Amino acid sequence: MKKLKTLFALFFAMFKIGLFTFGGGYAMIAIIERELVERKKWIEHEEFLDVIAIAESTPGPLAINAATYIGYKIGGVLGSVFATLGVVLPSFTIIYLISLVFDKFLSLVWVQYAFRGIQACVAFLILSAGFKMLKKLKKNIFNVVFITLTIGCLVGFSLFAIDFSSIFYILIGGVVGLTVYLIGYIKSKKSKTVIDTRQESEKANGGEE
Amino acid sequence: MPLLELFLTFLKIGAVSFGGGYAMIPLVTDEVIAHGWLTAEEILNFIAVSESTPGPIAINMATFVGASQGGILGAMLATLGVVLPSFVIILIIASVIKGLLKFAGVKAFLNGLRPVVVGLIVGTAITMFLSVILSLNTVYEQVTFDWKALVIFFVAAITHFVYKKITNKNVSPILLIIISALLGMLFYGVL
Repeated sequence: MKKLKTLFALFFAMFKIGLFTFGGGYAMIAIIERELVERKKWIEHEEFLDVIAIAESTPGPLAINAATYIGYKIGGVLGSVFATLGVVLPSFTIIYLISLVFDKFLSLVWVQYAFRGIQACVAFLILSAGFKMLKKLKKNIFNVVFITLTIGCLVGFSLFAIDFSSIFYILIGGVVGLTVYLIGYIKSKKSKTVIDTRQESEKANGGEE
Repeated sequence: MPLLELFLTFLKIGAVSFGGGYAMIPLVTDEVIAHGWLTAEEILNFIAVSESTPGPIAINMATFVGASQGGILGAMLATLGVVLPSFVIILIIASVIKGLLKFAGVKAFLNGLRPVVVGLIVGTAITMFLSVILSLNTVYEQVTFDWKALVIFFVAAITHFVYKKITNKNVSPILLIIISALLGMLFYGVL
């Protein structure tokens, strides 16, 4: 009975977060913190920071990741299901209802004019989000080369109507990152063993003299 | 099997959508256009709706594309697909391997894909800009310059920077969308 109560509390807390967070991801952090850390005290502030760090390094929306993690902490696997469902349900319902009338709405001529304006704005919104992330990135050769290559390929391929899914770019990036690391690792090991054997041979030489 | 296709496509997107909200846009755009589910213009329109409604953009896009292709069942399957990978990964981290992200190999993988994600977002914005301002989608099409769209783009940019300068806060995307909607009606409807 108490367990059921916890599950519903989780569900409703997350439902509220899902319902009132516009602008996605980072806008949610402050609200999640106020609701779950300060008010409900379901999770310590320190651990909450860990959750954000984890959410940033794993795929998927931040809100979903945070909900799943906190739900698991409070109520196990069932808790994570309830929490995730809670955070998804508001947007699901709202967007589903919009999808039913969106085409009709868009067929109004004044709405079309408005959306022609909005399209220019959306291009700007995405560009500014990209630049914001660009500023946060470390400026090393690896990053600069990769960003330039990605932008060049993406724009070039799309202009020449070449089909190449963004999924591949991401996987290639990850694999190259891993390869560079492994090469560095093997090299450092090799040079270490070279030094080791040199020291040993020096020792052996010293012993002979 | 269009429903299965919806589920699997969004499962794929959910599994590689590192970097949150905006990073999702290039992935969804590519896949949805490649499947012929929506046009580039419809996606642009929907991104604006997604920005103006609550909830993560990924969920909004999955629900919308799913609903447009397979009704309520399509919406459910697409949303389930996009949520499932992060749900499973977080559950694994929370329960079994707390230190998964501390492994050097995992870190190297993430470091490698991070600049790619940023590049994808900027690249997508550039292709959208070319498409909206010049109607330039591919080099095989006629280019037509739309100065009205360019003016609206700059109004959004200037509002963004001036607001930031004065209040030291980011302007809400909803406000920018409303301003550009009004300008759109003025430029295309009245002028």
